[in-house]
Amino acid sequence: MSAVRNSFFRRFSRNLPAVAGVLLILVITGMAIAGPIFYPAGPWKLVGRPLLWPGEDARFLLGTDVLGRDLMAGLLHGARVSLMIGISATVAATLIGTVIGAAAGYFGGWVDRLLMGLTEIFQTTPPFVLAVVVVAAFKPSMASIVTAISLVSWPPLARLVRAQFLQLMPQEFVLAGVVMGMSNLRLIVTQLLPNALTPIIVSSSLMIATAILLEAGLSFLGLGDPNVMSWGYIIGVGREVLRTHWYIITIPGLAVLFSVLAINLVGEGLNDAFNPRSRSR
Amino acid sequence: MSSNALRIGRFVARRLVQAVPILVGIAVINFLFVNMAPGDAADVLAGEAGAASPEFMADLRERYGLDQPMYVRFLVYLGKMMTFDLGYSFRFSRPVTELLLAHLWPTLLLMVTAILFAFIMGIVMGVIAARNVNRWPDYLISTGALIAYATPVFWLGLMMIVLFSVNMGILPSSGMETIGAGYTGWRRAADIGQHLIMPALVLGMYLTAFEVRLMRASMLEVGEQDFVTTARSKGLGENAIAYRHVLRNAMLPLVTMLGLQIGAMLGGSVLVETVFAWPGLGRLAYTAVFQRDINLLLGLLFMCSLMVIITNIVTEVAYRLIDPRISME
Repeated sequence: MSAVRNSFFRRFSRNLPAVAGVLLILVITGMAIAGPIFYPAGPWKLVGRPLLWPGEDARFLLGTDVLGRDLMAGLLHGARVSLMIGISATVAATLIGTVIGAAAGYFGGWVDRLLMGLTEIFQTTPPFVLAVVVVAAFKPSMASIVTAISLVSWPPLARLVRAQFLQLMPQEFVLAGVVMGMSNLRLIVTQLLPNALTPIIVSSSLMIATAILLEAGLSFLGLGDPNVMSWGYIIGVGREVLRTHWYIITIPGLAVLFSVLAINLVGEGLNDAFNPRSRSR
Repeated sequence: MSSNALRIGRFVARRLVQAVPILVGIAVINFLFVNMAPGDAADVLAGEAGAASPEFMADLRERYGLDQPMYVRFLVYLGKMMTFDLGYSFRFSRPVTELLLAHLWPTLLLMVTAILFAFIMGIVMGVIAARNVNRWPDYLISTGALIAYATPVFWLGLMMIVLFSVNMGILPSSGMETIGAGYTGWRRAADIGQHLIMPALVLGMYLTAFEVRLMRASMLEVGEQDFVTTARSKGLGENAIAYRHVLRNAMLPLVTMLGLQIGAMLGGSVLVETVFAWPGLGRLAYTAVFQRDINLLLGLLFMCSLMVIITNIVTEVAYRLIDPRISME
């Protein structure tokens, strides 16, 4: 086992883009932690003259927005919001997707048909449009945003888990468990799930990136939690002065881009390290 | 030939029948979500009119059937949907179906242009990358695709407005045509085309990045198959192999994935149309959300799902026409 793990880490650490992704994620996490330390008053405080360009006033490295709020404070606090929403929505979606996919794959028959029908319904409705409707229906808040994002993100994972289960079920170690009289739940949790874990981890890690993009889009439209300042919100507000003060939207936009890029790089690095043969290049 | 057309017809009909339960399921879920909203259209209408007496509110609710229990409203909704009567939009004072159809064409124009762009760019760049695998053109294209894949569409749209409309002044930043110019014929088409460039590029960017990566991987995979080795052993040149044998087979996954990506694209069009003030379904959705126009929202969700289903059927037929080995049955 430890040899397997070592070769996994060796393969991952040889993958330069993936390592760069890890470093970027560390930087973003550092930003999220630094926010409340350096800007304990929060990102909403009006601290200076509005619409200062970056560097125009030494106190505001990234300048100020339309109302005179410090953009650096917004950037750091936004990192927190993006990571929190990205991770909690992914955890929720992974749970939903795994339970539904596992049940469909394990029980088959009408359970499978019912659950896959449900999955297809959710896959037919465009994810972002459904997320917009859900958030608008429940009033924008952290909870409703996480609910909406996880609600539209689970279907691909459910299909993946189901496919994994269908592939594992006829194998001997599972049949051995059946013969030993293991209960359904025990078979699923101790035999099947551990063997389906690798693809679940890979697609969940990539799901964080999609969740961050969805959140940014929602708060850009004005459907963000009104109590937290996210990158999408800063872009949405900065849009009004786009023609004269484009720097306001540039910085949070780049922040979204680099976060999503970093997560994608790590996700693909994980995939390549878990499945060395899939890398035919 | 005619038997082929018959087979396609039967295939499409079967797929349409299979889509009915899915559409009903979508209607159930949409209806539940939209009706979980605290406050209804009457609240919004009354709020806008200023102070409203309880009698006025009750009158509004009765007029729009909002005072009925939820299951009654659902059955009414479902029954009407079967005849494509999607109800009446309180805010626009027009039937929802009429509103949707009026906003459908701009969105279709935008999406078809974006898809064509993504296909052409995806194939060209994917082939260049695959034929130069692990050399600088491949690195350049793959890195570009990775970055495009991570860029928020609305942000890209805004940055393009800054660059091409504000700084360079060469492309219009909003709308579908120059208002009040009164162009006709080709002049009007050119005007619309000019307005279309930025939104279509932005909307197609994500799909382009996706297809570039898919095309590259697919070219590499097909390139390792036996029939390519056979072609090579016959003494065929690498160019002939790449374009006559590999390319045709490598394009198949692109068609399949289109059906899965169309939903993401419809979501993207809400953002892109909002950024560029494009008068399509996406911007209508944005308006409907903020005006709590429940009937319109339900209609939009239904319409979007319908578009996804139709695209899926079209791609399945296209797939089978390109690769006759896959049967229509």
